Amino acid sequence: MNKKISFRVNGKKAELEVPTNRLLIDCLRYDLGLTGTKEGCSVGVCGACTVLMDGDMISSCLTLAVMADGHALTTVEGLAKNGELNPVQKSFIQYGGFQCGICTPGQVVAATALLEQNPRPNEEEIKDWMMGNLCRCTGYYKIIESIEKAHQFAK
Amino acid sequence: MIPFEYRPTKNLKEVHASLQEFGPDAKLIAGGTALVIMMKQRLVRPSCLVSLRSVRGLNGIEIKDGGISIGGLATHRAVESSSLVRRRLPVLAETFHHVATIRVRNMATVGGGLAHADPNQDPPPTLIALGATVKATSADGSRVLPLDTFFTDYYETVLNPDEILTELFVPKLAPNTGAAYLKFLPRTADDYATVSAAAVLTLDKNLKIINDVRIALGSVGTTPIRATAAEAVLRGQPVKAEAFAEAGEKAKEAVDPISDFRGSAGYKKEMAAVFVRRALEKALGDIRQQARVRASAKPKARKKVTKKAAKKRSRR
Repeated sequence: MNKKISFRVNGKKAELEVPTNRLLIDCLRYDLGLTGTKEGCSVGVCGACTVLMDGDMISSCLTLAVMADGHALTTVEGLAKNGELNPVQKSFIQYGGFQCGICTPGQVVAATALLEQNPRPNEEEIKDWMMGNLCRCTGYYKIIESIEKAHQFAK
Repeated sequence: MIPFEYRPTKNLKEVHASLQEFGPDAKLIAGGTALVIMMKQRLVRPSCLVSLRSVRGLNGIEIKDGGISIGGLATHRAVESSSLVRRRLPVLAETFHHVATIRVRNMATVGGGLAHADPNQDPPPTLIALGATVKATSADGSRVLPLDTFFTDYYETVLNPDEILTELFVPKLAPNTGAAYLKFLPRTADDYATVSAAAVLTLDKNLKIINDVRIALGSVGTTPIRATAAEAVLRGQPVKAEAFAEAGEKAKEAVDPISDFRGSAGYKKEMAAVFVRRALEKALGDIRQQARVRASAKPKARKKVTKKAAKKRSRR
């Protein structure tokens, strides 16, 4: 069974017809070619599939594409503006906030949502917010440092 | 996931109509964080998902009859961040903060979580201890159900297939009442509890006698469990550390945990006693803290203004 849906993704309008059982992550990756969003655990635990819906972070692996109908989505591809990386992305590069990189899109999207609410989070606030984004390389110190120092790159 | 029809609705009337059309084969979906996993695992195979996502007016959080009324479609995140909840009932905000991760809390709704009825969830023990009720609404009207008899088995409640959980109500607490929720997490912070325990304790005005107490546990049975025998040990008794320990021991009789990777059944039973005692101690600490705040907030007797000082002041 198919359904017509439309939503904004990274500022652009997307209109498409999807099977009702299409997951949002598959819709983003395969229907829209936005492969920056990764699938890890498929049960909402690991955070690799983190995207923003109306500014709030969600697990795109637990969300049906039809549930995004009428909403505004942001994926990792939408963080850079006019070819310039956002402060979190710059900070992750500067301070080595990644190792193998599979969790990085989710980490960066989640950290961007945090800084939106709290531009200068302390370590405890970062840990509390980022608790649901797992790094299997266990590179947490550098991730936390990158988020803590991201404000340096804000204009 | 097997294919299904997806039916968005705008109001309860449309929800009732869709549920009637598809019968018990339809499932309600709001945040979907629990249901989508069950559908992926093919544990649930609905022919139709009736979506509550565009139904308006069911996500409010407000004061009602001195207590707090929370709409069934309020998200866990909304409860956790509500200034009203944080000010009037901090234990509730803390409890909802414990649920999974922010991503899940942004989507998962209060009504959906309770109707899902996983015995490992965080809110039920606290809500049962607080004496909360829920409102179930169908095309025929509404009924109010106390939460301590709401859960009947793993993922089972007293809700009928045509009923929607539209409101959660937490009544006003009596004076000199403290509340606590403790979640034993030996593994990771976003895990289900090995054991969780909530206690709501009410003392007399001199803070010496236990007037009332409610104790509930999670993750130690097929449903959240209210430990009435443990409560009976304490009701009417003077406040004593030994009594809290005794209540903890009594709570073991109410639980029936299973052995899994979060601990053996025997271990969980022991931990149930420990965490009931600690929750009671924390609730008592809460009462004493409130009393200290009240005492320090009392206006101090004003110094008498002497004639000399008054003169001095007028010259300034």
